[in-house]
Amino acid sequence: MSLNQFLENAVSEWMKVKGAESDVIFSSRVRIARNLAHMPFPMLSTASQLEEVTHLIKEALTKDDIPEILENAELIEMADLTELQKRVLVEKHLISPHLAEESTSGAVLFSQDESVSIMVNEEDHIRIQCLFPGFQLEKAWKLASQIDDWLEKHVTFAFDEQCGYLTSCPTNVGTGIRASVMIHLPALAMTGQLNRFIPAITQVGLAVRGIYGEGSEALGNLYQVSNQVTLGQSEEEIIDKLQGVVRQMIDHEKQARERLLGMSSIQLEDRVNRSLGILAHARIIDSKEAMRRLSDVRLGIDLGLLTGVPSSVMNELMVLIQPGFLQQYAGEKLGAEERDVRRAELIRERIGMERE
Amino acid sequence: MNLLCPECGKRPATLHYTKIVNGEKTEAHLCEVCAQEKGEYMPGFDSGFSFHNLLSGLLNFDMVSSESPNIAQQTVPRCATCGLTYNQFSKIGRFGCSDCFETFRDRLDPLLRRIHGSTTHHGKIPERTKGELKIKKDLEKLREQLARSVELEEFEKAAQLRDQIRSLQERLSE
Ligand SMILES: [Zn+2]
Ligand SMILES: [Zn+2]
Repeated sequence: MSLNQFLENAVSEWMKVKGAESDVIFSSRVRIARNLAHMPFPMLSTASQLEEVTHLIKEALTKDDIPEILENAELIEMADLTELQKRVLVEKHLISPHLAEESTSGAVLFSQDESVSIMVNEEDHIRIQCLFPGFQLEKAWKLASQIDDWLEKHVTFAFDEQCGYLTSCPTNVGTGIRASVMIHLPALAMTGQLNRFIPAITQVGLAVRGIYGEGSEALGNLYQVSNQVTLGQSEEEIIDKLQGVVRQMIDHEKQARERLLGMSSIQLEDRVNRSLGILAHARIIDSKEAMRRLSDVRLGIDLGLLTGVPSSVMNELMVLIQPGFLQQYAGEKLGAEERDVRRAELIRERIGMERE
Repeated sequence: MNLLCPECGKRPATLHYTKIVNGEKTEAHLCEVCAQEKGEYMPGFDSGFSFHNLLSGLLNFDMVSSESPNIAQQTVPRCATCGLTYNQFSKIGRFGCSDCFETFRDRLDPLLRRIHGSTTHHGKIPERTKGELKIKKDLEKLREQLARSVELEEFEKAAQLRDQIRSLQERLSE
């Protein structure tokens, strides 16, 4: 698989399949952090120690017992990528901002369908990430755990009887697991219920935050809900708990959508069509407005108010209109104003293509 | 390291991060308090500032006490493997290596309890470690039995137990 393929397509292969509850949950992700025993964590490692880590992972990749999904996977070194290429991989959620920006000897490998990525020399020596479409946390955990089992046969992980898997940050110690979903909550946001929801979720030990945007704003009504606790509970318990809370959020969001549809159907219809109109015709659009309109259109599609635009195009556009992708698409560095023009152009083309 | 926070000009800027605004990369340095107030975080999945906020809030506790001049000189545990001191750990909020856990163990329990509400791992155990743990538990039992047989003067049994213990110990050190 060539690096170009990872960079060019906004939509990973794994995203093209529809998962459960995909009208509310865009994706499910499980990431586990591991470190090698008898080796300082990347922050305090020397260059040669970091090389040794990369070397050990490369070795493991040559073994016969490699999981099928990782066959032919190659390690890509961050040093060989341009800033823009790294940014694109971050926008696709395939690598973390930390690996892109701070790691000196970082590397990553992807499965062909990009559902698995293994980051090397991030904050921890190894981070295994599995991404699935829709609501599939258990499946993501099983795959991550299976890859973990395989790696453990070839390297020795830092593990302590009391503290569990040892990690650089105390918030990851124990299971090293961070499970999360990307959830679309336009109706809860529209009806103002989100403000009540978020503190309640935080109280049960989960974290909610916007995926795009700075500070407390969540562009496109897209949120990430994840576990905060990694110690004292088993991986299954952690996932169960997250699933339970997310399940409730899905129900509330769906109820809010039904209520909106019942109470103010024409207003809702107007709103989603108006947004589609703007996306289809605007000549300048900033990312804030674009994300808001895309969220409206996606809601319209999911409620059956809009037809002719597949929902997958919306997922694709949400990634495509990010600054890194826009510049890669243009093949040059763009200023903010140029980006707004390109963004509008790209959205027009993409939506026009589907409606022809 | 002793950069002052540009926001308040009072506390040391212990959080350093890269911010991207409209494609422009800027380095930002803030103290925990100001970072929390500004609600800053980095875009993307993982290194969200919410965790930093949470963590620095918790560590702040330790920082205050460890930085007051009277206590600062008293106890400075330093990890022999990576050289990190507990003070440095509370500033950056990161361990330097797996041995830090052993070095700082006494101080970790309250911290882990505040973050996780627990101090003991209940999740997955590496296959290899599982084997080792079993041998260690078996050894414990055998040693107890040995002590008992010595007490009861069952010397033949004691000799057998000693052999068993020796072979298990060999397996552990393999
Ligand atoms: Zn400050
Ligand atoms: Zn250490």
